[in-house]
Amino acid sequence: MIEKNEAIIHRMKDLPSTHLLGTGTPMCAGCGGLEALHEIYDILGEKTVFVNAAGCMTLLSVYPFTPFRGSWLYTAMASAPAGAQGIRDALDILKQKQQITEDEDLQVVVLTGDGSAYGMGLSATSGAMERDLDFIYICYDNEGYGNTGQQYSGATPHAAKTSTSKGAHGFAGYKKDLFAIWAAHKPAYVATVIGAEPLDLARKIEKAKSMKGPRMIISLAPCPTGWDYDPKISVEIGKLAVKTGVWPLKEYIDGEVVHTKVPRQRVPVEEYLKLQGRFRHLFEPERDEVLLAELQAKVDDYWAGV
Amino acid sequence: MSVGMNRMLMTGNRAAAWGARLAQVDYYPAFPITPQTEIIEALAEWIDKDEMPGKLVTVDSEHSMITAAGAAAATGVRVFSATSSQGLLYAMEMLYTVAGWRAPFVLVNVSRGLSAPITLESDHNDIVAARDCGFLQIHCTTCQEVLDSTLMAYRIAEHAKVRLPVIVNLDGFYLSFTREPVELPDANKAAAFVGSFDAENTRFRASAPASQAVAVLGGTPYSYFRYEIHLAQQQALAVYDEIATEFADTFGRRYDAIEAYRSDDADYVYVMMGSFASKAKAAVDKLREAGWRIGLLRPRLLRPFPEKLFQSLLAGKKAAAVIDQNISMGKGGVLHIELASVMCGQQDAPLLASFMGGLGGRDISEEELFKIAEVTRQACEEGTSLPPRLLFTEDELREVRKLQAVAHVERAELGQVIIEKNND
Repeated sequence: MIEKNEAIIHRMKDLPSTHLLGTGTPMCAGCGGLEALHEIYDILGEKTVFVNAAGCMTLLSVYPFTPFRGSWLYTAMASAPAGAQGIRDALDILKQKQQITEDEDLQVVVLTGDGSAYGMGLSATSGAMERDLDFIYICYDNEGYGNTGQQYSGATPHAAKTSTSKGAHGFAGYKKDLFAIWAAHKPAYVATVIGAEPLDLARKIEKAKSMKGPRMIISLAPCPTGWDYDPKISVEIGKLAVKTGVWPLKEYIDGEVVHTKVPRQRVPVEEYLKLQGRFRHLFEPERDEVLLAELQAKVDDYWAGV
Repeated sequence: MSVGMNRMLMTGNRAAAWGARLAQVDYYPAFPITPQTEIIEALAEWIDKDEMPGKLVTVDSEHSMITAAGAAAATGVRVFSATSSQGLLYAMEMLYTVAGWRAPFVLVNVSRGLSAPITLESDHNDIVAARDCGFLQIHCTTCQEVLDSTLMAYRIAEHAKVRLPVIVNLDGFYLSFTREPVELPDANKAAAFVGSFDAENTRFRASAPASQAVAVLGGTPYSYFRYEIHLAQQQALAVYDEIATEFADTFGRRYDAIEAYRSDDADYVYVMMGSFASKAKAAVDKLREAGWRIGLLRPRLLRPFPEKLFQSLLAGKKAAAVIDQNISMGKGGVLHIELASVMCGQQDAPLLASFMGGLGGRDISEEELFKIAEVTRQACEEGTSLPPRLLFTEDELREVRKLQAVAHVERAELGQVIIEKNND
């Protein structure tokens, strides 16, 4: 057993230098979700069982291969947190009956995309939080049903073109505030992360790992395939999501929301938008000043309230 | 006849809960639904009062409940759960899924008709909808049988040649809320019979990482793993017989895969499942007194389907009247379809007559059972076929017409009121 996080993470050089998650997965080049998962797995380690819901990452473990050194259970799209409940309870029962030792215990980690987290799986997730289930939930949020070709989901941002919102103005709805929905349950911990900010991510995962109860993580997952950009700029897109204020890095703990990385001088939102094909209609054939202003104003409003 | 100290009156629901308790279950994922709820209430009460160990967790839905049940079984503990009707269908995705996990546990289903129209009362459309999911199915007629079948179900589910979840089915209201005398097995004897849970290699441990229920690419591995479930079900037929014999040796009650009641010398048999089979038994007794050579075949196992046993029990019979408390829409009674496939091409295959009845709690009367016997014999003697029919009387049709008339009048009156208001 390799425990990676004995030391407290202060600086980039404190991050684990060897990586646990295997290579050669069928995820797309430049997958922001996989980037985050790599970083998360390095901290959580192999004494974990990942409970997966239908989504891109279901294809990580395809018989007879897996990139995980620990365990894995694929459930269905709606009920991964209920699978976590069954495993957690069973492990506790086995410990109580002294049929397994403490050494054999596992951290139970739910891994789902936004399609499950923001929609179909919300009932099961709410139930797990209300029962104070001791588990970690990781949502990789690529803002659409990515595995089926990027149809809009409850996580899709306003104006984004998806394969089911191809009209002149893109998606008419607004991204659901899953952080607030989760925090309203008063779980032990809620945090947003992104793979492009590995230090912030590592600190949060380390913190989550040291706690008990429901620990809920949403990682924005820049998606070259679904968002239509060159895979090599995935990290840049991720950094811009933070610098523009589009993706606030924050955590909920003990009833308080704290922003962990406040962009002092926010880069204009359009710097983030213009790199992505899903927002190209805001710039070509001519600039859609009304929509661009609306998107900037939404971000400004958010930060005005922080 | 021994009326032991452990003989007590209890409902079918209570008998199911006792089955779980005596099987020393570790874990109970739960969700309430009529007419099943009494089962989880009984279990919760026993746990709360420290009368038995175990953990009961009420989750957000039956879909979650079956997920939690399968996941806990896949981690290595003994699991029991219960549901009914809409709940069973809400869980349907996970029934197929957890069967594929090969994680054994026992689910009790209390049969109830399906929406729409919504009803609380009993029929078998819920349980036959789960026919193909990979769970074995044991159908019960008495409260004693519910308890005993639950104990047997753990043995079958956990058997090395099976490793599949099992549904024990009882009818809503007619069995779930009907109190019958039940011989409560001695707790130590029951524990010894069921044995301790062996997770085999289906478990999660830090020292032995495992990937369960992973995706496959392509039809070849998929076909292989799915067909293994089918083969395990077929192996379960012999396993069932073995365990039924052991149960009979231990507790003195024998439950064959098909109960054959006065059928050895019979020319005619009723074929039906569930609690109404006891009505058919009573009809058999009366018809026998009137000189009929008639009996009853009651499959306890719907999955795996006891094909060979049916073929031998039906060989040489003149006719079988199959009474289904379900309808496969656009085809007919499911048990009839199953039997037709089993008897197709058999020499001396009897005439198979199909009757559908007892839907949504509707009774099947003795007179109807007599009539079924009569029309079946008549068709046999005349060499004619018998079209499938629904048990539904002229009186009932008149009742429905009355309800419709009331509905029409009310709607017309209401329409009148709205028109008057609009004219104001």
